[in-house]
Amino acid sequence: MEVKKTATRDAYGNALVELGKKYDNLIVMDADLASATKTGVFKKACPEKFFDCGIAEGNMMGIAAGLAASGKLVFASSFAMFAAGRAFEQIRNSIAYPNLNVKIGASHAGISVGEDGASHQCCEDIALMRSIPNMVVINPADEIEARQAVLAAAEYYGPVYMRFGRLAVENVFDENYKFEWGKAVKVKDGSDVTVISTGLMTLEAVKAAEILSQEGISVRVLNIHTIKPLDVEAVLAAAKETGAIVTAEEHNIIGGLGSAVCEAICAECPVPVLRVGVEDTFGKSGPAKELLEVYRLNAAHIVEKVKVVMAMKK
Amino acid sequence: MDKNLKKELKKIACKVRLGVIKGVYSAKSGHPGGSLSVADIMTYLYFSYLNVKADDPKWDDRDRFVLSKGHSAPALYSALALKGYFPVEEMEKLRKTGEMLQGHPDMKKIPGVDFSTGSLGQGLSGAVGMALAAKIDNKSYRVVAVCGDGEIQEGQIWEAAMFANAKKLSNLTVVVDNNNLQIDGTVEEVNSPYPIAEKFAAFGFNTIEINGHCFDEIEEAFKNADLCTDKPTAIIAKTVKGKGVSFMENNVSWHGSAPNQEQYEMATAELNEALAALEVE
Repeated sequence: MEVKKTATRDAYGNALVELGKKYDNLIVMDADLASATKTGVFKKACPEKFFDCGIAEGNMMGIAAGLAASGKLVFASSFAMFAAGRAFEQIRNSIAYPNLNVKIGASHAGISVGEDGASHQCCEDIALMRSIPNMVVINPADEIEARQAVLAAAEYYGPVYMRFGRLAVENVFDENYKFEWGKAVKVKDGSDVTVISTGLMTLEAVKAAEILSQEGISVRVLNIHTIKPLDVEAVLAAAKETGAIVTAEEHNIIGGLGSAVCEAICAECPVPVLRVGVEDTFGKSGPAKELLEVYRLNAAHIVEKVKVVMAMKK
Repeated sequence: MDKNLKKELKKIACKVRLGVIKGVYSAKSGHPGGSLSVADIMTYLYFSYLNVKADDPKWDDRDRFVLSKGHSAPALYSALALKGYFPVEEMEKLRKTGEMLQGHPDMKKIPGVDFSTGSLGQGLSGAVGMALAAKIDNKSYRVVAVCGDGEIQEGQIWEAAMFANAKKLSNLTVVVDNNNLQIDGTVEEVNSPYPIAEKFAAFGFNTIEINGHCFDEIEEAFKNADLCTDKPTAIIAKTVKGKGVSFMENNVSWHGSAPNQEQYEMATAELNEALAALEVE
């Protein structure tokens, strides 16, 4: 049977339509990528609340800030590269510094952009966004988590960066899933090692845990949808209770989830941590699924790293 | 302009300038040149034009003001203090640790500041967002943004201008403080933004060129802006950097440096003299 696959960007567009029914003050903006970021779905449903700024992301962030300063709840969207990358300083100075209620919906994050190649494959956005005070950074694992994260972001007052993928992926969660702001999700409990993952790597972490359990290794899988503020309690508990950690993310191993985990445990409970991610290199063109294999953003690589990190345990 | 109002505005402008000098001298840093060039425009805005309430800075229906050239904060703060948003004594605490008045406008800390600025090129987009919000909500408040002539070298200014025209934001007025100087020299030497009015006209703006130190012309320009109901307005105000303090006028070295005690006393004496002359006029 064919497994249902959905991209988190689709969940974003659909969730915006839900929000449009609930919030009179909602405004959705895009920078000429509405069909790709899926804000186009919202545009169709609520055309009077949708504004396209054209190909001018910095200006879009500034206008979003001005709208928010006038009482609007604003979702501003582009690709991760042009939101977190090009408009970094506008997000930092015009949105985050005055703590305005702007949500940034950034699609096409990571290597899985695919054929468009390196210029569009942003693997630096988590690092950029989490270094900004006041900013919340969310990277959902599947459509179910993405939908609930978007709804929760609307409830929260302040800037939020939400990272969505282009690639349709299998669901990790089912209808019983409940998103909790800033809380890690224990997808699977285990005692020998913890894999802490985010985004589409959580599905790979679950697959890796299944492979390893057949070899008698008990793996805890912690899904981190909210990279900032990080659920330090859950990460520290993982360090204390399992004694070794592998992180997995579709992002540069510098500055992303792996770094956040190391920062969280280094003072209180330093244990060996190995990071699976894009190894400080640029992407390239190719079908997304092939690229995920080329860059070893897969279960096999997590399995390998788990074995190495377990040998490092004291 | 009414004679009495003009005389009153001239006096307030002297006080705004005295506040600028006091603030920058106390802070031992800051930007006197551009604060003095924009002082008459700030005076007109807060004491004749903007519909604002100093005792209710967040009033929903207020006109909005964005100082996109945020480094001229001393002029904004001085005008806000004189308007009654906070005590004028705050000017002596400008840029000091733990105090309210930040080096550049901070909407979270300072009553009356509608948008945080300082990074050039960004404030106008915020003003455009506010003007758009007014249109969405069918509100009649106006939005004024002041940009520097060096600042309009930033591409984002033109992104914002393009959008303001596309959405017919007639409730938006942009003032360009055209004092002709930026840090590295004259604006022409560095990277000429001229002709400025023609550029805004090409972006669909109603454009007006004025002497930015003449209250009659400033008032006429804003009246003209209010009458224009189908497009945003750009007022290109020819100004003198350092205006009102003779040794600072048209001298680029006063862009971002503070007077020493002797210079502070000279500047204050000159401005007080001008103020006294207006009193007996």
